[in-house]
Amino acid sequence: MAERLLEVTDLSTHFFTHAGVVKAVNGVSFTLDRQETLGIVGESGSGKTVAALSVMRLIPDPPGKVVEGTMMLRGRDLRALSDDEMRQVRGNDIAMIFQDPMTSLNPVFKIGDQIAEAIMLHQDKGKDEAWRLAAELLERVGIPDAKNRVKQYPFEFSGGMRQRAMIAMAISCNPDILIADEPTTALDVTIQAQIIEVVQEMQEQFHSGVILITHDLGVVAELADKVMVMYGGRTVEYGSIDQVFYDPHHPYTWGLLGSLPRLDVVEKTRLTPIKGQPPDLILLPAGCPFSGRCAYERAECRDNWPAHELISEGHGVNCWIPRAEREETRAALPHFRSAVA
Amino acid sequence: MAGREFIHESGATHGSPNVDEVAAVGAVGELDVLDERAAQTAEPGNGGAKPLGLWADTWRRLKRNKLALVGLGIIIVFMVIGLVQVIAYPLTDGRGVTPYPPNQQNYDLSPQGRGSPPSASHPFGTDYMGRDILSRVLVATRISLLVGVIAVAIALTIGLVLGPVSGYYGGTVDSVIMRLADIFFAFPYILFVLLIMTVLGPGFVNVFLAIGILSWASFARLVRGQVLSVKAMEYVEAARAQGASDLRIIFRHVLPNSMAPVYVAIAMAVGGAIVTEAALSFLGIGIQAPNASWGKMIADTLTYLWAGSWWMVVFPSIALTLTVFGFISFGNGLRDATDPKLKE
Repeated sequence: MAERLLEVTDLSTHFFTHAGVVKAVNGVSFTLDRQETLGIVGESGSGKTVAALSVMRLIPDPPGKVVEGTMMLRGRDLRALSDDEMRQVRGNDIAMIFQDPMTSLNPVFKIGDQIAEAIMLHQDKGKDEAWRLAAELLERVGIPDAKNRVKQYPFEFSGGMRQRAMIAMAISCNPDILIADEPTTALDVTIQAQIIEVVQEMQEQFHSGVILITHDLGVVAELADKVMVMYGGRTVEYGSIDQVFYDPHHPYTWGLLGSLPRLDVVEKTRLTPIKGQPPDLILLPAGCPFSGRCAYERAECRDNWPAHELISEGHGVNCWIPRAEREETRAALPHFRSAVA
Repeated sequence: MAGREFIHESGATHGSPNVDEVAAVGAVGELDVLDERAAQTAEPGNGGAKPLGLWADTWRRLKRNKLALVGLGIIIVFMVIGLVQVIAYPLTDGRGVTPYPPNQQNYDLSPQGRGSPPSASHPFGTDYMGRDILSRVLVATRISLLVGVIAVAIALTIGLVLGPVSGYYGGTVDSVIMRLADIFFAFPYILFVLLIMTVLGPGFVNVFLAIGILSWASFARLVRGQVLSVKAMEYVEAARAQGASDLRIIFRHVLPNSMAPVYVAIAMAVGGAIVTEAALSFLGIGIQAPNASWGKMIADTLTYLWAGSWWMVVFPSIALTLTVFGFISFGNGLRDATDPKLKE
């Protein structure tokens, strides 16, 4: 069995604002093994990014605070680390790739400067050595003529190249965990494919675990081994890619999958959007956050959070609808008719 | 932990030229052009020229602003004269590089105590003590240059520490620093300088100190505002995710991206400091007699204006006005040139 890199249990992160307590993440648990990719999906405001930033301990405090839960990085309790120790963890053990490569590189420094800085922060390397490594990393993420490119400024790079440079920076200290926060959202589709490939290659070479935050189910299917579906700050369903994509058990997961076009189904069906708006995180229902929007809502949904139900090994769901009824309902949905058969 | 060693291993084996050659050959035509340019402009290691960075771009637009260029010309002339005087002053025992010793009195040149008008031997005339006004205007450049540079340097140093700290940390730290700045803004400026000068005592160095101590607030406020907008940028968060410390983030990532308006403020502040020194000397608590400063020369000779000896007042006034005009118009031009909203 692969080495367990990260174990997050019952993580809750709240923001204490003037308007009230924003419950961004509520009791989320997940694990990540070496060389494994975990996809976290959900729409905007579902708590994906906050969960990841909580692991990095980068939640701005005030107003944010991790109010509950444990986060163990290879046996070390991240919440117990001092700020100095946490700084050593960031970049060195856990690194992050951000959404918008156009703004996540400092415009006044050369690409090489920024990668070399990351190296020098965590490794005992001189400037020349760090620059040499920076050029090498750039080459490895597929930037041609890296030797000269490393001396250029971010504005001389295209969006895709900048994201490659960001990846080079993130892997520069060979982190155990790479958090990619919507790494392809700001890129066009051809570049997206290339970046996905680079992330995959880097994962193979550096044996990192990857947490991929996205709302693009296509990217998840391509990259991830397992997936966690978040809604309103809670995990509604998790499991391997096959389990969640081919045997989804939560109505929200149905909704996500149902709003995707499918190429493998000949029969023409309309895409079904999920009706309504994501919940206000200040006024979350006490029960399932999806209640109020869920087409199969029951009396108990609004006031009580359903117990965790294990569907099969590694596949769990939180939903009040009894399993048999759930499977029946799903089979009737046009989107899943051929998939489940 | 096989992965940990990966980078080190490859670092040791990768230096072979073959790999680099392959990479270079692999680049196609269009890239080559770009890379050639980069190779020419960017030197190895640090300190390479920016291909078309902030300064090149700013200079391109500044060139079209005639007034700013005039200002720049005045600044250069002023700086050259000032530097020569600063360097020559201690070497020539206070004479500087002047046609006549600036403090040498000659009552033959001041019949009836009213000086003598501009002539071939004294182009700016002489004052009521028969001192050569050109020499005094020249040697006073030293004071103005020093006050401009040193006072602004003091203000800038305080402002560039307190401003970023205030903006970056926010909260109580921010409130305390900004309220302190408000207090400094609330006092009438000259009155406050007078107060400090009274405490420190009159004299040359104290003028620098007083002006410097009082001017930090505007820099701090300016930088704070910049920092507030820059710290929300994603690259700041990226640096934090990399494990950079607060100090490193502030002074390496946030501050360099906040500086463009500060350069403009510096140009303006130098002009302001020169005027303030002139005002202090005019009021008699700046530079002490017999040493020359433009403000002091104007103050000492103002009464002779009514007697018709206009040259005593006019020439130091022109020097003062031109210099300040130079800094202000250059500063204005610089602001326009760095303002992204005015980019064509």
